[in-house]
Amino acid sequence: MAGYTYVILVPLIPLVTFLLLGLFGRYLGRSSGMIGTAGLLAATLLSFLTAFQYFFGANHVNGVYEPISAFKHTWLQFSPGLSIDMGIMLDPISVMMIVVVTFIALMVHLFSLGYMKGEERFTTYYAFLSLFTFSMLGLVLSVNIFQVYMFWELVGVSSYLLIGFYFQKASAVAASKKAFIVTRFADFGFLIGILILGFYGGSLDIATLVERLTNTASPEFIAITAASFFGISVLTWALTLVFIGGAGKSAMFPLHVWLPDAMEGPTPVSALIHAATMVVAGVYLVARLFPIFSMNSAVLSLVTWVGVASALIAAIIACTQTDIKRVLAYSTMSQIGFMMFSQGLSKTSGEDGLGYMASMFHLFTHAFFKSLLFLCAGAVIHYVHSNEMRDMGGLRKLMPVTHACFLIACLAIAGIPPFAGFFSKEEILLTAWNENLFVYGIGLFTAAVTAFYMFRLYFSIFWSQPFPTHAKQPATAHQQEGSLTMQLPLVILALCTIAAGLVPFSKFVTADGRPLETHFNPLFSVPPVLLSIIAILVAAELFKHGDGRAANIAAGLGLVYKAASKKFYVDELYLFVTKKIIFPFAGRPAAWFDRNVVDGCINGLAYITASTSNAIRWVQSGRLQHYTLYFFGGIAGLAIIFIYLWK
Amino acid sequence: MLLSLLIIFPLLTALAILFCKGLKQVRNIALSGAALQAGYVVYLLLLFVQEDIAVKGMAFQYACSWFEPLSINYHVGVDGISMVMILLTACIVLAGVLVSWATETLSKEFFFLLMLLSLGAYGFFISLDLFTLFFFLEIAVIPKFLLIGIWGSGKKEYSAMKLALMLMGGSALVFVGLAGIYFNTGTFDLLAIAANPIARDVQLIFFPFAFLGFGVFTALFPFHTWVPDGHASAPTAASMFLAGISMKLGGYGCLRVATFLMPDAAHAWSWVIILLATIAIIYGAFATMMQTDLKYINAYSSVSHCGFVLLGIGMLTKTSINGAVLQMVSHGLMTALFFAAIGMIYSRTHTRMLAQLGGLLKVTPFISTVFVIAGLCSLGLPGLSGFVAEMTVFMGAWQNPDKWYRLATILACASIVVTAVYILRATGKTIMGPMSSTYENLVDAKWNERLAAALLIAGILLIGLAPFLINQLISPGTEVIMNRVIGFSK
Amino acid sequence: MYDVPLSHVLFVSTALFFIGMYGLFTRRNMITMLMALELLLNSVNINFIAFNKYLYPGKLDGVFFTIFIITIAAAEAAVAIAIIINLYRSHKSIDIESAAELKF
Repeated sequence: MAGYTYVILVPLIPLVTFLLLGLFGRYLGRSSGMIGTAGLLAATLLSFLTAFQYFFGANHVNGVYEPISAFKHTWLQFSPGLSIDMGIMLDPISVMMIVVVTFIALMVHLFSLGYMKGEERFTTYYAFLSLFTFSMLGLVLSVNIFQVYMFWELVGVSSYLLIGFYFQKASAVAASKKAFIVTRFADFGFLIGILILGFYGGSLDIATLVERLTNTASPEFIAITAASFFGISVLTWALTLVFIGGAGKSAMFPLHVWLPDAMEGPTPVSALIHAATMVVAGVYLVARLFPIFSMNSAVLSLVTWVGVASALIAAIIACTQTDIKRVLAYSTMSQIGFMMFSQGLSKTSGEDGLGYMASMFHLFTHAFFKSLLFLCAGAVIHYVHSNEMRDMGGLRKLMPVTHACFLIACLAIAGIPPFAGFFSKEEILLTAWNENLFVYGIGLFTAAVTAFYMFRLYFSIFWSQPFPTHAKQPATAHQQEGSLTMQLPLVILALCTIAAGLVPFSKFVTADGRPLETHFNPLFSVPPVLLSIIAILVAAELFKHGDGRAANIAAGLGLVYKAASKKFYVDELYLFVTKKIIFPFAGRPAAWFDRNVVDGCINGLAYITASTSNAIRWVQSGRLQHYTLYFFGGIAGLAIIFIYLWK
Repeated sequence: MLLSLLIIFPLLTALAILFCKGLKQVRNIALSGAALQAGYVVYLLLLFVQEDIAVKGMAFQYACSWFEPLSINYHVGVDGISMVMILLTACIVLAGVLVSWATETLSKEFFFLLMLLSLGAYGFFISLDLFTLFFFLEIAVIPKFLLIGIWGSGKKEYSAMKLALMLMGGSALVFVGLAGIYFNTGTFDLLAIAANPIARDVQLIFFPFAFLGFGVFTALFPFHTWVPDGHASAPTAASMFLAGISMKLGGYGCLRVATFLMPDAAHAWSWVIILLATIAIIYGAFATMMQTDLKYINAYSSVSHCGFVLLGIGMLTKTSINGAVLQMVSHGLMTALFFAAIGMIYSRTHTRMLAQLGGLLKVTPFISTVFVIAGLCSLGLPGLSGFVAEMTVFMGAWQNPDKWYRLATILACASIVVTAVYILRATGKTIMGPMSSTYENLVDAKWNERLAAALLIAGILLIGLAPFLINQLISPGTEVIMNRVIGFSK
Repeated sequence: MYDVPLSHVLFVSTALFFIGMYGLFTRRNMITMLMALELLLNSVNINFIAFNKYLYPGKLDGVFFTIFIITIAAAEAAVAIAIIINLYRSHKSIDIESAAELKF
């Protein structure tokens, strides 16, 4: 057990760099980027060490990877049994996640050295990146469900700060606000879910909760399933609410609206937060509580269908977007949909637990190729100074390294062997094949659409028309592909994208901790790969030459195309609800009611008092003679009362 | 005698200020006085930690007769709850003096009144005698009228009058409650009353008076309308005092006097408290969303946040009352910080309207950061005090198994979304976005403003990062209250 | 022994009292009002003397009181006239109506 305490340094190093850069950033200037990167390098090496020690060390008990609680401190005691603990839990998924998070963050730190060079708030940028890395690491290492929630909020805020990094741009401010509020709305569900689980489970500790709520004989389990609300068991409610939290963070339909807008942030940030790490937190959350989720088939099927819907809808929308980062954003959403439904179809043990493993595997490979895609997009944007596809084209000769890396990543996401995405997607599709043929069909279709829109992107950026020699952008020394610090991460990530699929993932990360034998079945792989290749060819035919063919087809699709390019009007629906319903029917009446009715009553009271005194003030005429008259009148009156009327 | 010094220090400072000449002397005396108080309070805290609270109940007790015929005593003592309140007061007084450093009109009178206010607050928190408690409560009200009426802005006379009248109304209700207790027990002594429970039907009559009366101070719906107007017109330091300390007088009174002395009635009336608190939380939050003046935003959000205090008290579980106390401290620090930031912005831009502000992060990074931190604390970011307090209230409230109370808790939780909306709206429009060119030459915070903000932020961070410390302080106090509540609830 | 019954004396004093009261109420001139006030006081004085003489012949309390009132009335007249003179200096009038500054 001992020997893991050093893991606490993995989240703490970014925290220290955050404080350092945040408080003394002004004096550090340019070197702040190096400090942040160096700190993260140390954290990355430590997490590699952890992974090595965990997976290859001597804690295989009967062939199972035991969870290890490396550190635990009671942070806030609510009542006996219920407390927020700060701690570090090591189990296969958290170890896998810290490796992914630190590694991708390192790449992004490195890339940003070049990308953000010359920014006015360079130091602040690195401080926020460190804050994010710290929060994300804290999130994945949590021992306590409330600890998860805390870091969950912290990643949300870091994401808010980074999306709004260009704070003078109105669209960035709006996007950051939207991202925070939409996820906050989901977190509200998560919070209620935690309250319910905590109350019935009698604990907030994840391990304890899992232990109590998976044992059908335990009093906690009996209580939580026996209690019901609107005819649905409280366990279902709790898990649904927790899942809503996860769905918000992971941009699942219909809470996905914030993700495309979040692309207003600097591109490396999108690579780190909105592609590789934070947005998969929802998937991670479901995986963390998977034993409990697996006790309730209703919630699992909800997870499945939300995942399927998100995967499909996002893929279709992605085909129509013209902002390259938005295409990537929808692609992220689609891929996370894959991970979600794979978990939804999974069971806890043995061969049936394939979906869980596949989901985690896809999370792992997706992190590499998606961050690579974003960083490449960043390089392109850095070069072209535009996000729009139509400003690009023919870049393959001008940016050879970026071109190669982007191609590799596209092949990976399209599921072409032997790139990483192929392996993980195969496992997901296999799960679907085993469990639900309808889901399999949609999955297959979505995979093909994925290949199509990715190559649409690829051909539009790197082929199509020759690169327009910009009128506004003269070919100066700036027109280079980017510095070494920008290219190095691309190459490293490209290598990882090639290699990641070959990791024997099922040996390490499975639903029950036991290694799982996966069988490679060439025959099963034929249809998805074939479909993807066809989709790529179609994309090549349509977009490689940059003529109007694609536009003609789009016009032919008419309304369908328009609906997809307008993101199926989900944004408009939200705007309608907030601007037309909540503001005028809740906010404004509350404000009006307060000013006029509640305050009106108080002012009315004052008014009545004032007007009453006004009405009788003539009595105080200020004339001596009136007063004497009252005086004598009073005496006379009293005299009459006392002498004649008083008995 | 230890505690009486808490009253003597502000009194001496106030008197010294009266004999000062010139602005410089006045503020030096005020600052050193406030610093001395703060230092002494910290010293007191260190002594307090060493006391064995479990045995004594109330630490540093001192009693002597004040007015024999009515058996009014000067009886003081503190437990963990009053200790954190005193700490809060010291912190805000110091920050308030620092923030009003630049006050030039009638500076002597201004600082004199601030000191008088702090005297009232300290006296209130340490009193164990209902009469002196009421006496100090009144002392804390009057200076506010003058502070707003003389140094305020906007329709200050109206606001000052409204605030003073409503708070006086609240005091009148409190007095009826206290008199009711006195005539049924024959004593004003808090501990003596606690030792001999009051009859249930008497409690049922006088609890609403005491609770509503103190409720007016802590912005209980529908008696909260003094909050927006009062805050909006008050000068910065007075706003800080008002939100940071005055509203806490009410919360503390609800807890220490109403709930502690009349637990039976607290049980019986809890549904009303929770109903009003839930309305305040939701409705305050929605009303905030529509405000266009920064001070109104913060004032309405205070209504919403103080709703959590009342919700925590109404739920009557140990955790929820802990949460209520935490929320009082947290809200005190946070709104004080928020008002300080708004004051700094206002003194530079001469406007508080959202529509006229924007992009201040560029020219005044320090002030903007302070503003963001206050905002994030308000919306409950982990690591800052707001999160700890709100979560403790929610957690405690959820432990009350009543179905309707659960619904109230869920509604209260929903306010975290609305809070996010209005805080981000204010932040987005004030410090982010495009900046008007007239603000190009604004200067960032000066040393006194930096110090004040740093002090308050330190408090917020301390509670946010190490809540177990303050929890240890509060818990024994709430334990005592809860024992009474549970003991009589059968 | 007594040719004049008590009721006659009381009748005079009552008449005097109401004359004084009428003067006090109707006159705007302060001097006149002061004179009316003196009439009031003197009607009371007559009552004191008469009741002392008719009801308690052996005692002198009523006489003492009368002397007391005369003294006070003198002092009061002095103060009142001083006020009136001051008022005249500032207002150029001794009309009671013109001194209404303190009226709400």
